[in-house]
Amino acid sequence: MTVLGGRPTGLTSLSLDDELDPRARLVVVGNGMAGARLVEEVLERGGGDQFRITVLGDEPHGNYNRIMLSPVLAGESHEDDIVLNSHDWYADNGVHLRAGIRVERIDTAAKTVLGADGSVTPYDHLVLATGSYSFIPPMTGVRREDGSLLPGVFGFRTIDETRALLEATGRCRRAVVMGGGLLGLEAARALQGHGLQVELVHAMPWLMNAQLDAEAGAILRRSVESLGIDVHLDVLATEVLGAEHVEGVVLKDGRRLDCDLLVVAAGVRPHSDVALRSGLEVERGIVVDDQLRTDDPDVYAIGECAQHRGSVYGLVQPAWEHARVLADVLTGTDPGAEYHGSRTATKLKVAGVDVATMGVNTPEREDDEFLVISEPKRGVHLSVVIRDDRLIGATLLGDTRKVAYLTQAFDRGVPLPEERIRLLVDLSDGAAEVGVAEMPADSQVCNCNGVSKGDICGAVAGGCGSVGAVMDATRAGKGCGSCRSLVKQIVEWAADGDLAEDPAASYYVPGIPMAKPELVAAIREQDLRSVSAVFAALAPGGKEDARSKMGLTSLLKMVWGVDFVPEKDGEFINDRVHANIQRDGTFSVVPQMKGGVTTPAQLRRIAEVAEKYEVPMVKVTGGQRIDLLGVRKEDLPAVWDDLGMPSGYAYGKSFRTVKTCVGSDFCRFGLGDSTQLGIDLETRFQGIESPAKMKLAVVGCPRNCAEAYVKDVGVVAVGNGRWEVYVGGAAGATVRKGDLLATVDSPQEVLRLTGRFLQYYRENANWLERTYDFVPRIGLERIRSVLLEDSEGIVADLDANMQKSVDAYADPWGQDGKEPATPGQFRTSLPLVALPAVPVR
Amino acid sequence: MSAATGVRHLEAARPTTPGTEPGSPATDVRGPGPAAPPRGTTYAVGRVEEVPPGEGRAFVAGGVQVAVFRLRDGSLHATQAACPHAGGPLADGQTDVDVLVCPLHLYAYRWTDGASTSGAAPIRVYPVHESGGEIVVEV
Repeated sequence: MTVLGGRPTGLTSLSLDDELDPRARLVVVGNGMAGARLVEEVLERGGGDQFRITVLGDEPHGNYNRIMLSPVLAGESHEDDIVLNSHDWYADNGVHLRAGIRVERIDTAAKTVLGADGSVTPYDHLVLATGSYSFIPPMTGVRREDGSLLPGVFGFRTIDETRALLEATGRCRRAVVMGGGLLGLEAARALQGHGLQVELVHAMPWLMNAQLDAEAGAILRRSVESLGIDVHLDVLATEVLGAEHVEGVVLKDGRRLDCDLLVVAAGVRPHSDVALRSGLEVERGIVVDDQLRTDDPDVYAIGECAQHRGSVYGLVQPAWEHARVLADVLTGTDPGAEYHGSRTATKLKVAGVDVATMGVNTPEREDDEFLVISEPKRGVHLSVVIRDDRLIGATLLGDTRKVAYLTQAFDRGVPLPEERIRLLVDLSDGAAEVGVAEMPADSQVCNCNGVSKGDICGAVAGGCGSVGAVMDATRAGKGCGSCRSLVKQIVEWAADGDLAEDPAASYYVPGIPMAKPELVAAIREQDLRSVSAVFAALAPGGKEDARSKMGLTSLLKMVWGVDFVPEKDGEFINDRVHANIQRDGTFSVVPQMKGGVTTPAQLRRIAEVAEKYEVPMVKVTGGQRIDLLGVRKEDLPAVWDDLGMPSGYAYGKSFRTVKTCVGSDFCRFGLGDSTQLGIDLETRFQGIESPAKMKLAVVGCPRNCAEAYVKDVGVVAVGNGRWEVYVGGAAGATVRKGDLLATVDSPQEVLRLTGRFLQYYRENANWLERTYDFVPRIGLERIRSVLLEDSEGIVADLDANMQKSVDAYADPWGQDGKEPATPGQFRTSLPLVALPAVPVR
Repeated sequence: MSAATGVRHLEAARPTTPGTEPGSPATDVRGPGPAAPPRGTTYAVGRVEEVPPGEGRAFVAGGVQVAVFRLRDGSLHATQAACPHAGGPLADGQTDVDVLVCPLHLYAYRWTDGASTSGAAPIRVYPVHESGGEIVVEV
């Protein structure tokens, strides 16, 4: 198993002999967000000189951001990105982390911690930060005889559970999520995103009942159901079906829901068993006083396992308040520091809907004021509860623009406007900024990283000139991300309209401070024909930049055609060896197959090559070609030679392929010969490099079998020899139907107009900007007037420049196959070490 | 605290997933990458002209695979061959005078100390120099 936030091989830490160390021993049980935060707070107060700190963690990982497990499950974040404190961090700060050790018991008399591994750890001060665990409601069949969960049943609380869930999404089809709170909703949304059919079972009458009132819950339900998730409310699950693996659940009303995956997110319970076994006072959680002390004077508890004045919190913000107070007490920075409870306010995005709640969600006394704005159709529900002219609660669903102002009113008790509606609605322009302006400097904006408005303003005053720079400097908005819009508002307010657009945002490549038109003009004027020449002439200090090389190579090829001076180090590895690098360092080889049309002879050759070179996978691609995956780098020239087919350019930022349907030759519906037109397009534009890849398609009728409506350029036969040309379509991470550029009368005109559009795109798009962004940015009307009416007088140039690129085409496999372009071009880079294995099918 | 309460809590506190195995101290945790023998042995791994300007090539130095780079300013650099993030072939990466960029996920590493500028674990950097046209790496 991969250890999250683990250390590379060979690093060791030196520590003083225990006997010689005069510092007191501070032991923290629990390496979650509360425990690690306490260590950070202690170190910040100079506690490293006072204490030898040992952290015992049940999980083998470093400390990670548990809030971010939902985005990891959804595939939006990588698990590496949620590490808060890696193993390295502990070592660098002289903290002894013993990860993967479950604590059995504390001997409070001997002042030792007893680990499940038999270890005995003495302490002077002990902090319990054991957190919570997923509550599994009693259901028949949910556990096997040995007490473990039935396979296919998961909690959703740890990275290991998240990994297991991610792995399960690959083989499961139907999921039931138990629990309609925040975690359950996020799990449901994430699983649905992986293509599973998801049903949600919630025991309470409405969703997120802990935070929302019934009406808001009903609106949220509609939003969730509109995503295609079935919601069953007010019903318990009583039985889990399946002997070896979960097959379904039975609800109390007798309904049966089939599933092969069951996620239980029905709340959490404080992890207090260690405290209990050790004789500490435990009610719902470990009972602590205002200094987070348990009934043993040297044992403290913080975070979700602690019960303070009858309250147990399941949020990160109170845990961090605990950590601050306890660090003050332990280090003596403020020996009288006390914790008096948290007023919890949360902002989050659940299943795509913005939600913010604070305090109570319904009036509790007769004279409480209650203002509700409900727009079920828009999925918006806003309410506030006011008592004695103070805000005691607010619920914002679907529209959280007023959250900054309301949080401040809730936290500080600032006077409320007499027209209460102004709390929820901006009745005049500019009121939104007033909200940000009125926020006190110490109010916390980013709860994940503890960044206040003052910190953000300080970063702006300190010279951060863009939202991105402020986020980098303060880490604001780099946790769960829910505060990003607020961070942006504050930065804009603090900069007082003086906010520079990030200057680098307009550069074509990061290492040359020029936008594309300027850069192209300078390249032409100064006759710069190689990447190194561009760096020498145009980069600040003549300094080369690794991340700019690929973009410059592409641009120079377009500008100079055959007169470009190639430099292999200016190319990305894919372009250096004309194949697409795979995760294990092998490559994929896709021969050209114009219009998706092949022959028995070609297929025979491909089959022979696949066998001869032991190609682990042969796969039909989405672009109507055949992909040989897992080819060794050193075999590439021989593979090309044996194939005897040109490169399909499946690796480049370039023209890729033209998909076609069978058109008029065989199809009984075909209105035009789409297959031949696709072959002609591919023949003309093969290998043309561009700011981002260009995928095309031609279909013989509007049934759109080859998906021409969602291509960079898509051509549709509409009968009577006429063809529609669509541009700016996409069906990848972004889905966009192309815009109709024009309807033309012949295949020749399709070729001419396609070339014109592609050249206009090549000359004007930003690096890596696909046509689906380029077309809306420029505007269809403008593109039409430039290309069809020649409003800028550049059409002849566009046609000529494209012709130059077409003439410069040479098949790269034919070029380098016999004679490597550089020494060792195809030498292997990684034969000796074990790599992440790609399964052979 | 009553005994009854105790029983209930013990019951409820059963972990929800199979327990993580008792682990090792943090210093024993192994990341990806080849294990390096004790430092200090030098190996001539190849000729300088085998590494084209601005590019990298992989070599074996005493059983350790290293990636050697020759920058356009003529300087030589040597690193571990596999990216610590996901095992990518670093010799296939792109370079400038400051950093090496892994081809798989574009994590960047500084030549000076091997530290990542994009949040990954650091890479090992080996001393390397040219001697009579030979690339000499110390591992």
